[in-house]
Amino acid sequence: MTAAAEPRPILRIERLNAHIAGQQVVEDVSFTVPAAGITALLGRNGVGKTSTIKAIIGLIDRTGAVELDGVRIEKESTYKIIRSGVGYVPEDREVFSKLTVAENLRLAERDDAPRRQLVEELFPDLVARSGQMAGTLSGGQQQMVSLARALLNTNKILLVDEPTKGLAPKIVAEVAETLAEAAKTVPILLVEQNLHVVRQLAEGAVVLSGGRVVHTGDALEFLDDAELTQRLLGVSADPLAEKSAGKGAAL
Amino acid sequence: MSTVVLLLFTGLGLGALYFLVAAGLSLIYGLMGVLNFAHGAFLTLGAFAGWEVARRTGSDDWGIFLLSLLVGAAAGAAFAAFTEFVLIRRLYQRHIEQLLITLGLSLAAVALFDGIWGTDPVFIQGPAWFKDTTEIFGARVPNDRFVCIIAAVLVLLAMVFFLKNTRYGMIIRAGVENRSMVTALGIDVRKAFTLVFTIGGAAAGLGGVLASHYFGYVSPMLGGSLLIFAFIVTVIGGLGSLTGAAIAAVAVAVLQQFANFYLGGTGDFVVVLALALVLLFRPSGLLGRTS
Repeated sequence: MTAAAEPRPILRIERLNAHIAGQQVVEDVSFTVPAAGITALLGRNGVGKTSTIKAIIGLIDRTGAVELDGVRIEKESTYKIIRSGVGYVPEDREVFSKLTVAENLRLAERDDAPRRQLVEELFPDLVARSGQMAGTLSGGQQQMVSLARALLNTNKILLVDEPTKGLAPKIVAEVAETLAEAAKTVPILLVEQNLHVVRQLAEGAVVLSGGRVVHTGDALEFLDDAELTQRLLGVSADPLAEKSAGKGAAL
Repeated sequence: MSTVVLLLFTGLGLGALYFLVAAGLSLIYGLMGVLNFAHGAFLTLGAFAGWEVARRTGSDDWGIFLLSLLVGAAAGAAFAAFTEFVLIRRLYQRHIEQLLITLGLSLAAVALFDGIWGTDPVFIQGPAWFKDTTEIFGARVPNDRFVCIIAAVLVLLAMVFFLKNTRYGMIIRAGVENRSMVTALGIDVRKAFTLVFTIGGAAAGLGGVLASHYFGYVSPMLGGSLLIFAFIVTVIGGLGSLTGAAIAAVAVAVLQQFANFYLGGTGDFVVVLALALVLLFRPSGLLGRTS
């Protein structure tokens, strides 16, 4: 995806294979993520997008090479990979429901000087709800907690897994806005089903099918290719149709 | 009335012992998914260590009793930390192996204690006040019950304070809920594993010293006999819930005492029946997480 003359990618994945309960879920996946902007990781349901993200940070068994900012990290345990500068926003938020909002955020602080002010500016609602149990928040508010946890620290890359899943259109727009803001300072690998959000945010695209990479390239060019999106994603990503639908085509 | 009060306080005293064992068991399972059959051995070692303090000093005053509590807790904590660090740490996510190794350790520990202290029970003397009784609503309640109850309440308060007010407490609470997400926040959860084992071992060791005064003796089988009921308490209370363990410990022990007295010694049977009912109608326990 990145030409040799271009700057070194922030993340390089080489021949990544991953298994869950003995079943191969990621097969020989190789791609790079540039050191700026948002790269979308796309594919139909169940093709291995979330597994790829989890394999990168070692949450599931995997083989292959993972290089972060020029340093091989695949032998490291998950917590060390995260500490080396990876922010992870999981699918389904995974906030700690029995901890307060403030505790969820404090737990995520790993820098000596966590960026509390930035988080408070981006998510003022969380400040007002700091004493509330995270399990009692709405889905959108929980997503804000999940994003805030990643943005509290200075990262080399953010791995963001389906941040708009199950959210109302207004909240989807807020999440997209937050990601756009975050992408100004940190590259993002984004798993996203909402193609309108992908079109709005992503510069590059990596498309998976059957656990393998089947396409890499410019995100807009890919989305504008109706035949290709229909074949690889099973949906049309026609921008006019997305606009009229309001929230865009979803996979 | 006096019989009811006596049964109630005896049950509360026994419940205190169950809680001291079950608290560690519950946190260990909740955080690490380890069903720790060696937990009874921590208690037995604590009881023998406390007994050794009393024997070697030849004193039965309050100072020596308090020292024996400290030594018992330290012995339980050290044994538990050793177990986690040397045996369990290599076997995370391998539940069958964990179960086998903790079960094997519990059997080996009993054999070791047999070798060191003999198979016969050794009897223990505490402060003279323990042998007295206090009259409450006409019932003459043995004083050692109050010591067990107060110690368990203090341990519960200390644990709650630790869990609510320290960073490691927060990590443990979060880890009980979602261990992999704690790791995915960049936290080395293994330190919390060792800490939970150590805290659980300390509580069990403390419980061992108190149990030796409650029953009046120490034997290599002491931990094993309490462990069975502590497991029941842990399941009824809800795996991973400290408050659940406290409530269930009291409920199980009081129920056991009343059934033993009023239903012809059927206390153990009634407790197992209560366990079966909880598993049938509320499998996650009183305060456990629902899957």
